Amino acid sequence: MLSIQNLQAGLADGTSILKGINLEVKPGEVHAIMGPNGSGKSTLSSVVAGREEYEVTGGDVLLDGESLLDCSPEERAHKGIFLSFQYPVEIPGVSVSNFIKTALNAHRAARGEGPLEAALLLKKMREKLELLEMDKSFLSRSLNEGFSGGEKKRNEIFQMAMLEPRLAILDETDSGLDIDALRIVAQGVNALKSPTNAVVVITHYQRLLEYIVPDYVHVLLHGKIVKSGTKDLALELEERGYDWIKKENAGK
Amino acid sequence: MSQDEILEGVTSAEYKYGFTTDFESDNLPPGLDEDVIRALSAKKNEPEWLTDWRLEAFRIWQSMEEPEWANVRYTKPDYQAISYYSAPVKKQVNSLDEVDPELLKTFEKLGISLDEQKRLSGVAMDVVVDSVSVATTFKATLAEKGIIFCSISDAVHEHPELVRKYLGTVVPRTDNFFAALNSAVFTDGSFCYIPKGVRCPMELSTYFRINQAGTGQFERTLLIADQGSYVSYLEGCTAPSRDENQLHAAVVELVALDDAEIKYSTVQNWYPGDAEGKGGVFNFVTKRGICEKRAKISWTQVETGSAVTWKYPSCILKGDDSVGEFYSVAVTNHYQQADTGTKMIHLGKRTKSTIISKGICAGHSNGSYRGLVKMGPRAEGARNFSQCDSLLMGDGCGSHTFPYIEIQNKSAQVEHEATTSKIGEDQIFYCNQRGMDTEAAIALIVNGYCKDVLKQLPMEFAVEAQKLLAISLEGSVG
Repeated sequence: MLSIQNLQAGLADGTSILKGINLEVKPGEVHAIMGPNGSGKSTLSSVVAGREEYEVTGGDVLLDGESLLDCSPEERAHKGIFLSFQYPVEIPGVSVSNFIKTALNAHRAARGEGPLEAALLLKKMREKLELLEMDKSFLSRSLNEGFSGGEKKRNEIFQMAMLEPRLAILDETDSGLDIDALRIVAQGVNALKSPTNAVVVITHYQRLLEYIVPDYVHVLLHGKIVKSGTKDLALELEERGYDWIKKENAGK
Repeated sequence: MSQDEILEGVTSAEYKYGFTTDFESDNLPPGLDEDVIRALSAKKNEPEWLTDWRLEAFRIWQSMEEPEWANVRYTKPDYQAISYYSAPVKKQVNSLDEVDPELLKTFEKLGISLDEQKRLSGVAMDVVVDSVSVATTFKATLAEKGIIFCSISDAVHEHPELVRKYLGTVVPRTDNFFAALNSAVFTDGSFCYIPKGVRCPMELSTYFRINQAGTGQFERTLLIADQGSYVSYLEGCTAPSRDENQLHAAVVELVALDDAEIKYSTVQNWYPGDAEGKGGVFNFVTKRGICEKRAKISWTQVETGSAVTWKYPSCILKGDDSVGEFYSVAVTNHYQQADTGTKMIHLGKRTKSTIISKGICAGHSNGSYRGLVKMGPRAEGARNFSQCDSLLMGDGCGSHTFPYIEIQNKSAQVEHEATTSKIGEDQIFYCNQRGMDTEAAIALIVNGYCKDVLKQLPMEFAVEAQKLLAISLEGSVG
């Protein structure tokens, strides 16, 4: 489904961050991308989602065989790419329900469908809130304004549940979460897994992967995937840290 | 595409309501002197006291200088080049069938079908097109409650005692240059009287429209809410696109007697000039209300139009325990300039005022908030809360805040909060990632930013206002 081929990208000032990433994600799979700070994890998710402050200098990102690189961020969203942000922004005065309604209807419009009927929308929102153990008063709050870290992340997963993406990228979704919130978020993600969609989890720690069990684990270092394996690799990283991988790669 | 390019793209929307309507006019030749005022007064068949009142205003105006303190730059109008009277020719109208079909088409283009309004929305409208009211609806329903809602010209003839008692009592002829000019030459406007203890059963609405090239429009609105009454008044306007500057100097006077409440909402969308800053309406308005004991006046305005705006809807809180409110969204784009705000004059004890001002600046425009909060010596325990926020879009615009505070009573409390922010690339990207294009994202963010003001508007007006915000900033949206 998602095919990242020798992707190179950096900042407009010429700073190179991603130095040739290769990754294949098939429907139904869960991939974890791990790595120390500054290895390029968040840049990778931003580039796939189409953030314009990054410049792609080589390689390609394909979804179902078609390059995404010329697509706007919203077109990529319409094709089914969802990014759960590490730092979700606040939009004062815009309620969660208004935001998700606008987002959902934008997706529907892109498919040539009219806006979702209010009653159906409300029903769907209630279902998804329940899944994430969120109170419905949440819907009328200003988007992310005054939200705790855990609420922000749950809100991201709530939006994911509403938009039902084909490929969800969870960027450090576990950061700032206590163990209960982590469990709930993971539960939400697991409930949404299906044979036709895929999840890429970006994380520092193995912790989240106890709940969202990956099929593959990749280690990103200095803008390259230097090691891939199964969930056992994540456990090994948890135990041994990243230094041994750094050493392994120092000679190359 | 950089954020600046995105913003330029979405802020370069053309004025959507740019069209004119052809119908015959009966004009006075351009120019202003005492003879013109006498002729104007005679055309309107006015009583002598009003002719004299106008002439006195004209003499006052002649002794005044056009003010220059506002943070706006424009070429001062040539007041001798303006025609001070223009009326659609067929004036007698008993039903919509008799209204000029061209005029009806104009309203249809604006989405304001009188017919539809009449049948569906329960909104009574006193329509002002080029200075003279041509259609008034729902008069009968209102009459049952003793409510008077008519053109001020009709009020002069039918209710002279009320007009004479209150005209110029809130905004005296000597108040300022534009108010003096208006007093001398006002051609029409609305008059409204709500009797004691009556709650007006519908929103009263006036749509203004400037339609004659080179015709200044000088409306005069006088609204009196007698003791314990309530009225919600809506004022909305759009104007056809014009190459030359059009002067607009209105005066609005509100009188809220003991325990009365007036809610006055405005959506203003006059032609702002083109993307290069050419043309556009000059809007120099004096709006003021006076509150007697326990009375309340609430001004809500959404300003998206005009090339130059000079406007400060104000409240004189004369009676003890009276309340004044000002909720404002002012959008400037391209080369628009707005200097707007409010004055809250606390005279009575325990008077309260709230000011919520939201400025949005885009393009090369300049927006200023100018507000005065004055606590008089008698204003024991008076309170004010002011919040003035600015939202900047792009790097070419400017936003300024000029708060003035005068306190003559130690027990008074004044709070002022101000913020300036930019629509962040982060916010736009976040919305994009959720499938919204950049225009939809900006509309959403801007509407969220203005929510505290928009929620003050009556529902149907809030929808209109959101559309205007979208049109002003985004082009294809709305």
